[in-house]
Amino acid sequence: MKLRVGKTLLAAAVGLAMALPAVADTIKLGVAGPHSGDLASYGIPTKKAAEIVVAKINAAGGINGKQVELVVEDDVCKPEVATNTATKLVSAGVKVVLGHICSGATKAALPIYNNAGVVVMSPSATNPALTQSGEYPNFFRTIAADDAQARTEVDFALNVLGVKKIAVIHDKGDYGKGLAEFAQTFIKESGKGEVVLFEGVTPGAVDYSAIVQKIKRNRADAVIFGGYHPEASKIVTQMRKKRMKIPFISDDGVKDDTFIKVAGKYAEGVYATGPKDNSANPLSKEAIEAHKATYKEDHGAFYENAYSAALALTNAIKVAGSTDDFDALKKALQTSDVNTPVGKIHFDKIGDAVGVGFAMYQVQNGKYVEVK
Amino acid sequence: MEYFIELFLSGLTRGSIYALIALGYTMVYGIIGLINFAHGEIYMIGAFTAFIISTVLSIYGFPLLGIIVLAGLAAAVWASAYGYTIEKLAYRPLRHAPRLSPLISAIGMSIFLQNYVLLAQTSDFLPFPELIPEFDFMEPVAHIIGSSDLVIILTTAAAMVILTLVIKFTRIGKAMRATSQDRMMAMLTGINVDRVISTTFIIGSTLAAVGGLLIASHIGQINFFIGFIAGIKAFTAAVLGGIGSIPGAVLGGFVLGLTESFATGYVSSDYEDVFAFSLLVLILIFKPSGILGRAEIQKV
Repeated sequence: MKLRVGKTLLAAAVGLAMALPAVADTIKLGVAGPHSGDLASYGIPTKKAAEIVVAKINAAGGINGKQVELVVEDDVCKPEVATNTATKLVSAGVKVVLGHICSGATKAALPIYNNAGVVVMSPSATNPALTQSGEYPNFFRTIAADDAQARTEVDFALNVLGVKKIAVIHDKGDYGKGLAEFAQTFIKESGKGEVVLFEGVTPGAVDYSAIVQKIKRNRADAVIFGGYHPEASKIVTQMRKKRMKIPFISDDGVKDDTFIKVAGKYAEGVYATGPKDNSANPLSKEAIEAHKATYKEDHGAFYENAYSAALALTNAIKVAGSTDDFDALKKALQTSDVNTPVGKIHFDKIGDAVGVGFAMYQVQNGKYVEVK
Repeated sequence: MEYFIELFLSGLTRGSIYALIALGYTMVYGIIGLINFAHGEIYMIGAFTAFIISTVLSIYGFPLLGIIVLAGLAAAVWASAYGYTIEKLAYRPLRHAPRLSPLISAIGMSIFLQNYVLLAQTSDFLPFPELIPEFDFMEPVAHIIGSSDLVIILTTAAAMVILTLVIKFTRIGKAMRATSQDRMMAMLTGINVDRVISTTFIIGSTLAAVGGLLIASHIGQINFFIGFIAGIKAFTAAVLGGIGSIPGAVLGGFVLGLTESFATGYVSSDYEDVFAFSLLVLILIFKPSGILGRAEIQKV
């Protein structure tokens, strides 16, 4: 008897599931990312952000009168699983996807979405090639790419400070050298400046005066340093002690109060990029409070970016009228501004969010102050 | 030419820093044939002591000279206490053990002291106060050489001269030489070998502490790991110059510092260590006992 009830229920469930797409007229929003496994903590906040945003929209009557339905799929952050995830979402009729989370998984899934005309927006995939390669016209993101810091540094040096000769120094580490290499490429591409020196220093060395003399000899107008604060403070201190007053520009490894504490008076005037500060944005507060109210805990990684992506996607669907027309959706994302926790954003030609990313800070009177 | 002089001077500063620490390695090796791997940590503890004392004294508004002297003294005493204790606890019980045992004990001591300071103090970088002021008479050449560089170079030179004189002309120096030549025979002639060894550790630790104060003030920051990196380079300098020889340690420090500085200046700082250690290999191939080292004669 029990068995029969189970079977009936199962049959009913299957029937219902098959019937649903045909009956209910909803807008399907796919959510893909790691929801299990060791990287789940990167994906779950995005899922929760989507749930919160969608619940809010549905409570207010949906988009253009239609309710939004979430279709959640787990990709465990693995490229080989992500292709399956993408196929499942596409065959479920999803036209707009919030995800994926990891750059590798995103890259693997994108061609499948692209062939099916699905718009994909990641809150977290930072690999520069995803947008810059031009291979994925369906891809958007609400986070700055890995090279965004280097771009901010170089733009600032060339356009705001107006320097021509730049010495690019790094600490030989993955983070510092990676940024320094991007900076070197951007300076060369811009045609406005010249890299007069590109070198790595040994972290922990007792004295950096030789490299400082070399910077001076190459007549650099500014130094861009990729790395962390201990080396930055030693180099800056020795530059200033050797009476070199040229600007020193670095990254968020240096935008740390320890740097100011250690370098003391020599820190004054140093530039460093850091993530834009959203804490004064009322939408950011609202998003964080909504999460606290619903889940009784603090939000995790990429939550605000995901919340923003959900807002941007639903806004684009509203502007485009439906999810059927890929070009209209894309145009809406690129042209219509939307207020989100990470600021007022729209997307550029290649899919990066304009207005998201890094700002330049300068040490003024012992504190980092944003340079407007 | 000016560039060459600039590089030469920065190499000299670097070399002096290595030499100050290398003196401690070379003295201990000269007396008991042990590579005291915990010596870098003594240097680090000296720097931390100087940091604490000078921070406290500057709160009470002491004049700079007073701070340097008191912090230097405190660092020297405290570091010597550590050096003395380490020798007593970790090396003396192993005096008659095979040569490898005290070496392993030294490495253990080094790891222990690093982690001890990490736990007792902090893992963060701490801002070390600038104890050496910028002298007015240095202003015209400040773009080439700083005041602290000058002080470090002079201190190293003075330390080498004083040590050489102590070893050549004093009673304890004579006892040290005797212990280093033949410990058993020295003992038989009535020399208190244990006291000689303790004195050696105390002198080495004092030098390391003074080095710690000067170098930390020069680079403006300390953390628990500085002893390890500086220690490796200083040890290299000692081997390069001929371990056991005091002028050798200083010469080795200068050779190493100058090589690194010129490699950075004329080639690339990416290759600084490559040049430094290639030089070490080359010198050891052609002169296995180092530049000024004496070939060790196997006693039968």
